[in-house]
Amino acid sequence: MDRKRCTLKLLVQPSRGLVDEMFIILVQKAPSGFQLTVHALHKCEDGHSWEAFGHYTADTIGTVNVSEDPSLGGTYSGVEQMGLLWSLRPVPGSKPGLRLRKMNVQIPMEVTISVYQGHQTEGFMDQVPLASVVVERWYMAPGVSRIPITEDRLSATLFLPPGPGPFPGLLDLWGGGGQLVEYRASLLASHGIASLALDYLTAKIIMETGKMVDLQYFEKAYKILEQHPQVHGSSIGMLGLSLGTSITLKMAVYSEVMKLRCAVCISGCHMQPVDGSVEEILKYFNQNADRTRISEENELIWRDVLLPVPSDLAFKVDMGRLKCPLLVVVGEDDQNWPASESAMDMKEMMEQAGNSHLLTVLSYPNAGHLIEPPYTPHARASLFRSMATREKMMALWGGETAAHSLAQEDAWRKLLVFLRENLYSGTNPGTPSLSHL
Amino acid sequence: MIVTLRLSTMSPPTSPILSVQPTRGLVDEKLKVVVESLPPGSPVTLHSLHHSEDEDYWEAFGHYVSDFRGMVSVSEDLSFGGTYTGKEDMGLLWSMRPVPGSRKGLRLRKMNVCSPMLHNISVYSGHVSEGFREQTPLTSVLVERWYMAPGVKRIDIMEKGVRGTLFIPPGPGPFPGLLDMWGGGGGLIEYRSALLASHGYVSLAMDYFNSQELESADLEFKYFETAFNIIKEHPQVIPDRVGMFGLSLGSLVTMHVAAESTIVKPRCCICVSGSHFYPRDRTIKEVIMEPRSNSHRLRIDENNHHVWRDMWIHLLDDPSKKVDVGKINCPILLVNGKDDQNVPADECAEDIALLMNAAGNGHLLSRVLYPDTGHLIEPPYSPHFRASNFKAAGVATKTVMLLWGGQTKPHSDAQEDAWRKILSFLQHNLYSSTPPRAKL
Repeated sequence: MDRKRCTLKLLVQPSRGLVDEMFIILVQKAPSGFQLTVHALHKCEDGHSWEAFGHYTADTIGTVNVSEDPSLGGTYSGVEQMGLLWSLRPVPGSKPGLRLRKMNVQIPMEVTISVYQGHQTEGFMDQVPLASVVVERWYMAPGVSRIPITEDRLSATLFLPPGPGPFPGLLDLWGGGGQLVEYRASLLASHGIASLALDYLTAKIIMETGKMVDLQYFEKAYKILEQHPQVHGSSIGMLGLSLGTSITLKMAVYSEVMKLRCAVCISGCHMQPVDGSVEEILKYFNQNADRTRISEENELIWRDVLLPVPSDLAFKVDMGRLKCPLLVVVGEDDQNWPASESAMDMKEMMEQAGNSHLLTVLSYPNAGHLIEPPYTPHARASLFRSMATREKMMALWGGETAAHSLAQEDAWRKLLVFLRENLYSGTNPGTPSLSHL
Repeated sequence: MIVTLRLSTMSPPTSPILSVQPTRGLVDEKLKVVVESLPPGSPVTLHSLHHSEDEDYWEAFGHYVSDFRGMVSVSEDLSFGGTYTGKEDMGLLWSMRPVPGSRKGLRLRKMNVCSPMLHNISVYSGHVSEGFREQTPLTSVLVERWYMAPGVKRIDIMEKGVRGTLFIPPGPGPFPGLLDMWGGGGGLIEYRSALLASHGYVSLAMDYFNSQELESADLEFKYFETAFNIIKEHPQVIPDRVGMFGLSLGSLVTMHVAAESTIVKPRCCICVSGSHFYPRDRTIKEVIMEPRSNSHRLRIDENNHHVWRDMWIHLLDDPSKKVDVGKINCPILLVNGKDDQNVPADECAEDIALLMNAAGNGHLLSRVLYPDTGHLIEPPYSPHFRASNFKAAGVATKTVMLLWGGQTKPHSDAQEDAWRKILSFLQHNLYSSTPPRAKL
């Protein structure tokens, strides 16, 4: 096709959206039956390039609609409206073990969506596309305020939704990799929940004292939320992923200070020493470090370290004492934590205690450990520096990309509904609108 | 026995949920505003507030009643009062006006197109008409409205004496191009070019008042030809797909260049609110000075607004004072308001049609004329002002209140309709692979 006379049009709507919003990609005015590749390119904050692509054939009027037409090949296949994002992977030649995470949430992810002639699989950077547009994907809605929190020696960031409030609150905890990871909290604030992202492994206080934080650290974070003038103090929840679930469950069940309205545990376990804080939990994990396995690709499979589920009640959270609704999200192919086994045991404990009506388990076949907000690329394994071992290693997270991405999409939607139902009054006549998700 | 029902103090708030989609959009995209979780049948006010670059506050509001589900949908429900009434999905934007107590004669224009316009959309309890600042809304969201799509490049142009800003769409191109010219207020107004680039046109917004080059009519003509060629010769522009877009005085320049230039051949022209009165061999500056010499024809209305529309009507009878539109040989779209109080757009359009039909090129002309619409036909959803402060560029005159005309609702409808027709005209003439021939 003569590029000079090419009238092919590419449209992506919205061109600026939140990361959990769907977009529509439309190619128009291509020749009838034209074979083309729709390609996505993203350069992440670390400077690595990520790409995804799908092969399409234009219909008789020269149109390709990614939300309706099947991809015939590429990094995803079938009718996949958001395939160009969730199937992003490092470009050939990249170093192994990369994971895509947005650390600066105040600027958007920029993705360049292009159309190339023919069904291509490589060498995109050496060609000129027929058309391309730039799409912004934001972790923060307009008007969300980002407030660094350092009082009480916390390392945290509070994200407040726009408007007068008061808003429900949420404590947001990530896992064993540490750092102050803000993107999920900023996204939740974009959905109306005042969210506090908390660093509890690499926080300044730990760097300075050389000691892990105690449980009061988390209670202080809770109090910051509870006492904030724009937060409704009796409407605070907690969300944890991986190691973050250990803390979440401990606080939900045992804390006298925290009165959680609800809790969400993603890819985690209830197995931990009931007494003690982060230090004791990490020691407990290290005890059975010899149970780690190595895969054929030299990836660390960590899940057996916490198995079998103990019967000794000193080593698992007493779920029968839980008084608030709990949403548990597990990937059945989680190679890092035995989340499925833990979920089954929690259910049994709660059924015996008579509080299982509080429990909802979402279990996803072929999903791995890192169940993140939707449309973010799946990493089956990546380089990971564990705060427990202080070593950098290739950790196997598990999950098959398409199934894992579907799990992320479904889990996020259900998580938002769960939070809305439990953090807002239960007598709302209408269901909150999530139709744009 | 009296039974009192006590509400639990421990239950979380039933605060209404306001959703506005998209929260980040282009200025010509529609908004979907929905409020949920209100008590059923409750009166509420939807309010929008904008703090302009000039530090003024603009607001709009509509009075609604929630349905049995406690929901209000602005695109489906009717507003019963406020700055707009009826079913108006974009009323919260186009009906904005300066808040009470503001300075007079304000006009809302975005000068920095690299940042968005911010609108605070809020829900207030009850049907409120004033004192919004003193009340706390039930809930609010912030919406960004952009003139520039992501990936559009903005390039300062200072080349061959031409001063302007070039906007290039994302992608390899090549793209059709547009020379974008505003009116007698002068300055470098970028927003329409930025928006046109967001729709796939390389657009050059031109400042054609402050250059030293415009000392004589000859030089001035060459200035526009040079500007046109800057676009045409750009590596990302399809050389035979460059058009011209003008408003007010810019329309005049467009018609004149299209008619008289032997070097520049625009593929198509759009003339908004323009007249074709061009005293031959005079410069633009001199054309602007014309009102001064014709001051006996200047009308000042009961509000002390200057009405310029009658100042040139006498020129209709003098062919030497008009652009020779019979020589235009590309499709041309005229967009005018019937209530234009600045320029006799209606009469001019009629005359242009007569002249072009007589010359045999009438088939190139398309005209749209909107009732109750004034002079400033801008991109859609921007607020309407019947009059505003005006200072002619490069001329030592005082600021006056010029009457533009138009009634807010019909004028806003015209802006929305005209923009769609303009984009469709550009698409057909600059993008389509069939040679341009047909009318709209």
